[in-house]
Formats: sequence, structure tokens, C-alpha cells
Amino acid sequence: MNQTVIANPKIVLKDLNFHYGSYLALKSVNLSIPEKKVTAFIGPSGCGKSTLLRTFNRMYELYPKQKATGEIILDGQNILDAKQDMNKLRAKVGMVFQKPTPFPMSIFDNIAFGVKLYENLNRHEMADRVEWALRKAALWEEAKDKLKQSGNSLSGGQQQRLCIARAIAVKPEVVLLDEPASALDPISTAHIEELIHELKMDYTIIIVTHNMQQAARVSDYTAYMYLGELIEFGNTDAIFTTPKKKATEDYITGKFG
Amino acid sequence: MISLYARRRFINSFNLTISLFTMVFGLFWLGWILWTLVAQGFQGLNLSLLTQMTPPPGSKGGLLNAIAGSFFMTMAAALIGTPVGILAGTYLAEFGQKGWLAPTTRFINDILLSAPSIVIGLFVYEVYVVSIGHFSGWAGSFALALIVIPVVVRTTENMLRLVPNSLREAAAALGAPQWKVIMLVTLRASTTGILTGILLAVARISGETAPLLFTALNNQFWGSNMNQPMANLPVVIFQFAMSPYEDWQKLAWAGALLITFAVLTLNILARVFFRQKSPSY
Repeated sequence: MNQTVIANPKIVLKDLNFHYGSYLALKSVNLSIPEKKVTAFIGPSGCGKSTLLRTFNRMYELYPKQKATGEIILDGQNILDAKQDMNKLRAKVGMVFQKPTPFPMSIFDNIAFGVKLYENLNRHEMADRVEWALRKAALWEEAKDKLKQSGNSLSGGQQQRLCIARAIAVKPEVVLLDEPASALDPISTAHIEELIHELKMDYTIIIVTHNMQQAARVSDYTAYMYLGELIEFGNTDAIFTTPKKKATEDYITGKFG
Repeated sequence: MISLYARRRFINSFNLTISLFTMVFGLFWLGWILWTLVAQGFQGLNLSLLTQMTPPPGSKGGLLNAIAGSFFMTMAAALIGTPVGILAGTYLAEFGQKGWLAPTTRFINDILLSAPSIVIGLFVYEVYVVSIGHFSGWAGSFALALIVIPVVVRTTENMLRLVPNSLREAAAALGAPQWKVIMLVTLRASTTGILTGILLAVARISGETAPLLFTALNNQFWGSNMNQPMANLPVVIFQFAMSPYEDWQKLAWAGALLITFAVLTLNILARVFFRQKSPSY
């Protein structure tokens, strides 16, 4: 048994398989994601970590040739069920992408966009929520005088923090981060890592990263993937100091990847 | 024995020279057309063009009814054609991944885009003019709208396709249903491009003559009733230029110059507008 036992998992994956057309990208993945902790997915390029991440909010549904089979149980419900409401799922499971993508509207409207979808807040409450989200994302001080300016007027690191603020403004339960700092400079990366430390007090966080040191710094649990299979999952310290499988050890010590 | 490098340099200069020559050749004809237009039409340019109606042969007059008629019909065509074009273009770009409807629509749209405008004019004549029994401004607008639609469809689809998928995914990831993603994010991101497409479509129909020959015909007098034959610049030019009367011929040249200026201005506006507001993804 190569998995650590998780007491109260937020998400449980049972025999998850994923197809891009006829190509099998994820092979029979079984995994438990702990609640209110940071779990990192690591592995070499093409191992399936982003693919796995995108099954949690069924983002692949936007593309016709992609298909997932098996079960993903979130809070007791299988979200791969055909009856699952996609939009409600995505309001609960937020995502931040590798490339910052501010909407073509003001900073305020960017953050209000997600909130307006599901909540009916008056002007005052909305302003409060926007401020709250920007403070959480450590962007309030820099953005508070520019709320009416376009989201595109921010720098790369600021735009990414805007995207994070946008994702948490809707108060999801799970936040998926797909290589959030890989397009950023080291200082912005450090900001984002600090942010993740704070956010895990309130949200379950899953982060995909190709930077092993980042995974070691930021996460509580780590899953190592290779060629679509989950090789090992466990406590971050254990994985990085005493990995149980040779494949994991080879990757971590840099023998390949 | 020429070295390899010298041979490459020769081929380079040879091709460059040929390209330059063909460019000059093309520009030469364009320049000559513009020069002739200005030379002939400039003397006809005066305020009476905008204040007087088209005259009977042998008297002085202006082009007011023709300009107004062209303006009304172009506006009506744009108002009819733009919503249809944008909706169809949005369907093709956002919902067109699966099924047979999208590729078929695209194919038919491309055919309509290159359909000779006289065919469109004849079509509207047969379907509309004959059934209501007379020529009208509405028939003219309808024919022009049929030319606007494929242009707007093509531009809208292309501009929407330029919006990166990451933007759509970011909106979907917040739980937005597809129609909101399209309306609030994707269309907003391509506003500049779509507006440019509309401007270019309007520029295109400003000079179309053939469809109007069978639909709006012409009118010697002022007409604001779109249900009657309507004066318009292209047909007036057609009629006056082929006539033996010098006054009429002068007016025809002036009219041609006006249309050219209008189209040129619209094209320049479209370029300037697009470049200024071009968003960076």
C-alpha cells in the first residue's frame, strides 16, 4: 500500500481513468485529498498532473474529445456523475491557471464577476467582498486606488494575484492551482507561496508544480506522478526524505525529469 | 564558379527587385485611378452637392437626395445585417466544435461572401420587389444587408477565435454558464475586432451598384419614404456617367470622388481604431 491513510479526505478518487480521444492519459488513479491542507502534484512533463487537476472541476468538459471514467467523491458526492451541475461544482472548486488571465474589465468588476453569478449583494456588500478578496490575495494596498482601471494595467505578478483574489472571492471550498507561479519572477513567486500558507487555513488547496523545491516549501502532502500513474503519495517530508519507491527517489534526486 | 554565398545574395536581390516591381505596378494603377478621380471630380466639388437635388439634364444641381438615400440604405442594411452576422459568427466560434451545422454554415457563408452582388440584387428583385410590385428603399437595404451579413459573420468568428481559451476557462472555472462566458467575457474581449469588421462591411456596401439597380432603382427627387424607389449615389453615377450631358457627367465624377473619400475614410478609421484599442492578451 503506497498511500498514507487520510482521516477526513475532502476528495476521494476511485479508479479514475482519463482519455484524450483514444489516448489513455490517467491510469486507474486512487487518491485521497486531505481537507484544509496543501497537496502538491509533482512529476515530469506530460505525467498527467495538470490533467488530474482539471478533473476536479471538470474543466475538460469544455472540450469534446476528453473523457473521464471512475469516481471522484467530493463531500460524499460523485462529481463525475452525469447529473452533477457543472457550474455549481465550479463555484465550489475554484481554479487559478498558469497564465494570469484578467478579464477585459476593471479590477473591481473582475473580482465581482464570480460573486455576481451566485450571490445577490448590494453595492456596499460587494465593495466589502472585493476588498476582502484583495486583502486575502495581498493585492489591496497596491490596487485600492486603481479599482476602476482595467485588469490589464497590472504587472504579471499582480495579475496573478488578481486571479487568485477572483477565485477566492466566491468563497469556494477547494482551490486548484495549476503552476500558479511558473510565469512569474522570484519575488512574485515568494508572495504567492506566502499566500498559499495563509489560504490553507480556510481552503483545501491542490497545487500542481514542476518545481520540486516549491512543492517541498509549500505543501503538506505530495503526490508523485509518472506517465499517467500515481506512483506515491504521502506526507511531504516523508516523500522528500524517505521515499518508499525507487521511481520517486530517482525523480526527487534529479536522476531524470 | 560562383560561391554559394554569392549565389544566395543574387537570388535575394533578384526576388526583392521583382517584389518591388510588382508592388509599384499595382500601386501605379491605383495611383492613376485616384489621380483621375481627383482631377475630374475635384472641379465638381462644391457646396451645392450637399444642398441641391439631382437635376434634370441640362441644369445645375447637387447630389443631396442621392447622398441621403445611400446613407439611409447603408444604415438600414447595417442595422439589419449586423445582429444576424454577430449571432451567426458567435455560434460558429463558440458552439461550432461538434456536429454538422457549423461546417455547413461556414461553407455557405463563404459562398455568400463571394457571391456576385448582381445575383443578390436579382434575388431580392425576384423575392421582394416583384411581390410588392414596386422598387423601394427597403428592398435596397435588404439586398445590401445580404452583403453585410457574410462579412460580419466571417470577421466575428475570426475575432472570437483569437480570444485565447485560457480566458474562457478562467470564466468557466468561476462557475459561469456558457452564455455568460460568451456575453460578458469573450464578446467583450473582441469588441474592437468586431466593430472593425462592421466598419469594413459598411465600407464595402457603400459602393455597391448592382444590387441597387434592381431593388431601389433611383429617384430624381428627395425621398425619405423607404417604401418608394430611393436615390442613391452608385446608381446616380451609373446613370449620369453614361449620359451625353456634361453637367450630369461632372456630377457623376464628383459623386465617384465622394464615395471614394467615404470608403477611404472608413478604412482608415477602422485601422486606427483597431490599432489603438487592440487588447493584449
